[in-house]
Amino acid sequence: MKSVKLLLFVPFIGLLGFIPAANRIEPYVFGLPFLLFYIVFWMVLSSILLTVIYKLDPENRRRDS
Amino acid sequence: MNSAMLIILLFLLFSLYLGIRAKRGKDMNMEQFAVGGRGFGTLFIFLLIAGEVYTTFTFLGGSGWAYSKGAPAYYVPAYIFLAYVLSYWLAPKVWRYAKDHNIISQPDFFASKYNSRVLGIIVAIVGSMALVPYIVIQFKGLGIIVGEASYGAIPPLAASIIGAVVVTTYVMVSGIHGSAWTALIKDFMILAIVIFLGIYIPFHYFGGIQPMFENVQAVKPELLTLSTEGLSPAWFISTVLLNALGFYLLPNSFVVVLSANGEKSIRKNSITLPLYTLLLLFVFFIGFAALLKIPGLEGADGDLSLLRLAIQTFDPWIIGLIGAAGLLTALVPASVMLMAASVGLTKSFYQVLVPQATEKQQLKVSKLFILLISFAALVLTITGGEALAMLNIMSYSLVTQLAPSLLFSLFNKNVVNKYGAGAGIIVSVLLVLFVTAKEIKISTFLPDVPHMINDISLGFIALIINVIVMLAVSFITRAFAVKSASLKEVENSILKREG
Repeated sequence: MKSVKLLLFVPFIGLLGFIPAANRIEPYVFGLPFLLFYIVFWMVLSSILLTVIYKLDPENRRRDS
Repeated sequence: MNSAMLIILLFLLFSLYLGIRAKRGKDMNMEQFAVGGRGFGTLFIFLLIAGEVYTTFTFLGGSGWAYSKGAPAYYVPAYIFLAYVLSYWLAPKVWRYAKDHNIISQPDFFASKYNSRVLGIIVAIVGSMALVPYIVIQFKGLGIIVGEASYGAIPPLAASIIGAVVVTTYVMVSGIHGSAWTALIKDFMILAIVIFLGIYIPFHYFGGIQPMFENVQAVKPELLTLSTEGLSPAWFISTVLLNALGFYLLPNSFVVVLSANGEKSIRKNSITLPLYTLLLLFVFFIGFAALLKIPGLEGADGDLSLLRLAIQTFDPWIIGLIGAAGLLTALVPASVMLMAASVGLTKSFYQVLVPQATEKQQLKVSKLFILLISFAALVLTITGGEALAMLNIMSYSLVTQLAPSLLFSLFNKNVVNKYGAGAGIIVSVLLVLFVTAKEIKISTFLPDVPHMINDISLGFIALIINVIVMLAVSFITRAFAVKSASLKEVENSILKREG
């Protein structure tokens, strides 16, 4: 596995590792109870992270794939 | 006939038309039928993968869980977006191997990787065991949605049967092409409907999303967090991990990966798909709103919360559109499931029984399997039954047991052999079946175990046992093979000397 793909672990650790700590109602963020916000936050961040990985991943520069 | 019913019928006919028309210009062979000739670009892959996720569950179960259980419902978007993250690495590898080896079904993939037809059959059985309950749920959900949305004008059972006939027809004609084209209108519909409902309802009734949640907090604060026991953080983490691993092992998700036209379109999809899971957020909003506005739906009736609240809020024509969207969320996933299960069975069982079968015969048998599975699912839809509900609970626990042998097979040097893979799958699947049937928890054996461990999902524990068995059996059989090989060598050399 190429090193840039190791970033794929980040959402797993970020979301699941902190669930016990994020398991609370307050503070509300963007109108959402904290736990729900925390999950949404990682959804959006994952998408950004995947964009970065995609750009850095040398495999996407090959034209044939 | 009311306007809602008319709209639903129009959409039903339109999807039948699109599904059949999808075949046009395609010279139908197994590869076209099962994986669209590996020709789907980024957009269609997006629609199909998203189509597999937004099933009738999105409509009924998503809001239903938020309504009756609250925060534990968040596990659904959580595992889905993590599955997409994983897919960035996993899916292109699967696709590449399948393309290079001309593979069009999941059992074939395992059979080829491990060079064992028997393993292919085991995988086909596990896959079908997970899929059939899913198909039944789609048929059932379809009946419920159409029944409610037509204000009872169409009885649920009739709706289930009509839906099953339509989907079976167009899958048999067009294969995955039919799914792809109906997915197009389905995704558009569900996107529009769910976002509209998810924003309109909280604002209409509570003046905003935060005010709505504050209302929930005032009435039932325990629904906004995971509980300390039962559906606890330990349950959440283990279930999310299990399902994220299992997502692409569902034969229907697997086959969509194979239908891509390249590694790039798969990777591009893994970027946008996590954002698409945001859609479930709006479904939860509706569930929470229903909790405040129409309390008192007990048990499985919680699944009706979205439809009931919508009926109370909107004119019939909007209900018709909601019903149509619900109808499509049943048809599209059901079509891919039917196709994936039948091609898998054809490629594993039929090809072992009739190795010299031509492509045309295989296609015919696949279509026959579609008819059979669809019919069986319909019978189960009508008769229902405990066993079915149980299988559905187990679907992910079962199918994820295929994950370890898949993952190991993707590395350059595979330490697992066919005996290990087969033993791991069989042991863990039997364990899941047995433990679920007997309703055993860890505390059955260890009464003093902390609930944090007791809440860990059963499938996850089976997964760990699976890996242990797999590695142990692989190691032992390999040692054995080496021994008998060296014995043979000695024997040969003795024979040579004597000769």
